[in-house]
Parts: sequence; C-alpha cells; structure tokens
Amino acid sequence: MKPMLEELKTGKILLSDGAMGTELQRRGLPSGACPEEFNVSHSEIVAEIHQSYIDAGSDIIQSNTFGANRARLKLHGFENRVEEFCTAAVNNIKRCGSSRIYIAGSIGPIGEILEPLGELKLTDAYDIFSEQAKALAAAGADVLFIETMMAAEEIEIAIKASKENTNLPVSASMTFELGKAGLRTMWGVDVPQAVQKITEAGADIIGSNCGKGFDEMIQIIAEMRLLTNKPILAQSNAGIPEWVHGISVYHETPEMIGEKVVKLLELGANIIGGCCGTGPEHIRMMREIINNR
Amino acid sequence: MIETLLKELSLAVIDGKQNESISLTNKLFEAGLPAKDILDKGLLPGMEVVGVRFRDNIIFVPQVLISARAMKTSLAILEPLLSKSDAKGVGTIVIGTVKGDVHDIGKNIVAMMLRSSGFTVIDLGIDTKVEKFMETVKKENADIVGMSALLTTTMGYMKVVIDKLKDEGFDVKTMVGGAPISKSFADQIGADGYAKNASDAVKLAKDLISIKA
Repeated sequence: MKPMLEELKTGKILLSDGAMGTELQRRGLPSGACPEEFNVSHSEIVAEIHQSYIDAGSDIIQSNTFGANRARLKLHGFENRVEEFCTAAVNNIKRCGSSRIYIAGSIGPIGEILEPLGELKLTDAYDIFSEQAKALAAAGADVLFIETMMAAEEIEIAIKASKENTNLPVSASMTFELGKAGLRTMWGVDVPQAVQKITEAGADIIGSNCGKGFDEMIQIIAEMRLLTNKPILAQSNAGIPEWVHGISVYHETPEMIGEKVVKLLELGANIIGGCCGTGPEHIRMMREIINNR
Repeated sequence: MIETLLKELSLAVIDGKQNESISLTNKLFEAGLPAKDILDKGLLPGMEVVGVRFRDNIIFVPQVLISARAMKTSLAILEPLLSKSDAKGVGTIVIGTVKGDVHDIGKNIVAMMLRSSGFTVIDLGIDTKVEKFMETVKKENADIVGMSALLTTTMGYMKVVIDKLKDEGFDVKTMVGGAPISKSFADQIGADGYAKNASDAVKLAKDLISIKA
C-alpha cells in the first residue's frame, strides 16, 4: 500500500468511515460513559464497529480517540491513561487484520477556551495535543485526523503539535454552520480563514466534518475547493438528530444522500466519509458511488 | 451628561473595552448615579445588544467573551454598592450540564449571558445529577432550572430531572438547550421552555419569571 498522500496524488478517492460515537451508543455505551475507555474495557465492541466499516468498503478507519486527550479524560478521572487508550484504540483497528486500510488517529478539541479569553494556556494546549499525537503515532497510526475544531488558534496548535512531534501526514478539519454571516464556526472562523490558518500551520489535508448535514457540506466544500489545491476531506453528519419516542434519530438515510455524495466528489472532495449519525450503510453506498465513477 | 456617559458605557460593553467600562462606571458613580441605574441603564442594555448580535451571527463566541469580561469588571465595582434587593436581580437560576455529559462551553455562555442580564446564576457545572439540582433549588429558592446537553445519549436525562421536580412538587420552571435539543423534544419531555441560543435563553428566562410571578 502506498503512503496516503501519494495515493491521493494519483487522484484516487479515499473512503473514510462513519460515526463511532453513535455506533457505540447503539451497542450499549452507557449515557455519559467515556467512549475512549471502551477501547480497553470493551475492545471487542470497538473492533466490531471498525470491522463493519471495513466490510462496507472503507479505505481509512479512524481510531476511537476523539476525546483521548489529558484534559477531556480528566473529566472521567482518566487523565493518566492517554497513552494506554490511544494504543488500545489503534490495536482495535489492527486486530481486524485488514492490510488494505489506513489507520487514522482521531484528535478532537480539548474542550476548553484558550487564553487570553479562557483559562487554557497555549503551551498547555500544545503539550496536550503533543502527548496524544505521539501516543497515536507510536501505536502505529498512518495519519492523524484533527477534527471538529472551531477556534483558529486551537487548530493551529493541534497541527503544529502533530507535525512537530510525529512524522505522520496530518488532516485538519473544522465544523461550520450556515448562518446570517455565511458559513462560520462557532468561533466565527469562515472558510477562507480556516483554509489559510490550516495551510500556514502545515497540515497536508484540509477539511470539514460534523455540522448540520450534507447540503451544508456541499456549500463548504465548494467554497474550500476554490481556495486550496490540497486534498480535501468531507465527513458530514447525517443531518440533525431528532428525538422520536425516546431515541435520537438522524434523518439523512443512505438513499437520501446519494446524489449529495456525487456532488461532493464533483466539487473535488478527495476523502469522503461520515460523522455523527452515519453508519456502515452510508459508507457502503459511498463505496458504490466511488466505484461507479 | 449622565445620558451620554450611560450610552458610552453601553458601547464600551458592546465593544468589550474593559478599561473604558471601568472608568465610565466610576465616573457615573461619582456623578451621583445609583449603582442600580448604572447597571440597568448602562451595562445591561449593552449586554442586550451583545446577545442580539450573537444570535444574529454578527459576532461570535470570542467577542461575547470579551464583552462579558468588560461587563464583569464593572459589575464587580457595583456589587458592593447594590442593595440586597437590587442584588437579587431579576431571578435565580440553577443551571447545569446533565448527568453523564461533560460538555460545558455552551452552558457557560448561557450562564454568563444570564448573569450579565441581571440573573443570579448558580452554575452546578457538568455531570449534574437530579439530586444536586433539587438540593440547590431548595437551598437557593430558585425560580428556574436550566439544563444543557450536547450528547444525544444524555439529553434523555433532562426528562428524569423534570419528572422528579414535578413529582416532588417543586415550584420551579424548567428550560433546556444544547446542540441536539429541539422545541419538539422540549415539549415531549414537559420542559417549560426551549432556547436555541444564549440570547434566546435570556429572553426565555425573563418570560418564565414573569409567568411565575
């Protein structure tokens, strides 16, 4: 298997996976439990989810490490288990035994506000991201996926910490919402600012994930493609969840998003996949669309 | 003169100019204006504009935080000068992210906007259990319970809290919010109100207080 960036250079579209969190919930992750701890205590469940995406045709499988940083784990009393959880998470992908997939180490936001507006020191943020990036690299990740970022400073620090402490390619993606001011993150970052910040910080792949659904994702990618020649990643939520008879339901079914996925590829997305609410069926449908191109 | 200074104070809050906000607050106080008026006619109108601008996507989280900081430092000057009844403010809200959920940025913004709008806010933080909500409502004689959730797995706990408060006969209004929450969900679980964002949360809280009164 070629390194991921070389593969992307040949023009090949890579298919990532779908949601981890919502899939864990379906399999009994208790309300409010630490999903990253499941890598150790319920590794067979995590591996089963990875396997379902490999079977659906994913080229990239993301580790269950979105919140595996010291600050977030501390909320569960697990702040000293970053390395353990990251290693177990990568092993849960390896144990599926597929030789044709890339292992992506997922890195999510720290969840605190950076100084000077908040309490989190820039140097602490750097150390927190470095620890997680190093752990994922040491465990055998092929690429790092920094995701769901909303503040420009935080994504910059996450990228630098990842690039400076590992030799892995880095993808960095932000979460936008369409409002009266156009597409912005909650911190007010628009798509051009995001592209500039992510590029300057040295990421290899630029993208967007999560959000309100595939229609907004199409607008984001359209804008992004005009601004960069780098590979673009697009991993949307399956719409906004709705509460129906005591369970949350995402409304964008695989059938509904088919044309939208075609559109994303036409616009120039190089890596596609799903975020919250997408499952193996969404990924299987994307596989068919990619294969039929 | 006073009118101009009050307007400038509102603008200082809107622009998040902390030093100006402090010096204008002091000037107004030296000019003999009661602390309550400085709050009601200078600081709060400024914060109200901030709320509306945030709701309308004219400003975003960082600007709100800067304004709130200016507001907070001025409020710190006024607080010892406000009489007890004035200090009680508009009403008392107990707020928290529900059990199992550790996400608090949205909840913190709502708490800050409520505080900046004259509410007494008791923030229970994250992972808040129903017992903690009840105990605090009782202790603080609160008017409203505000609950936040980011996860679809934890939003169901809001119903647990609301049911328990009703069963136990608490005279308290409930309001809910958070990324996965909708009006229809709020209705289904019997909440008294749902707010889409921090600015609407302030308006909703004021409405709930007026119904309750």
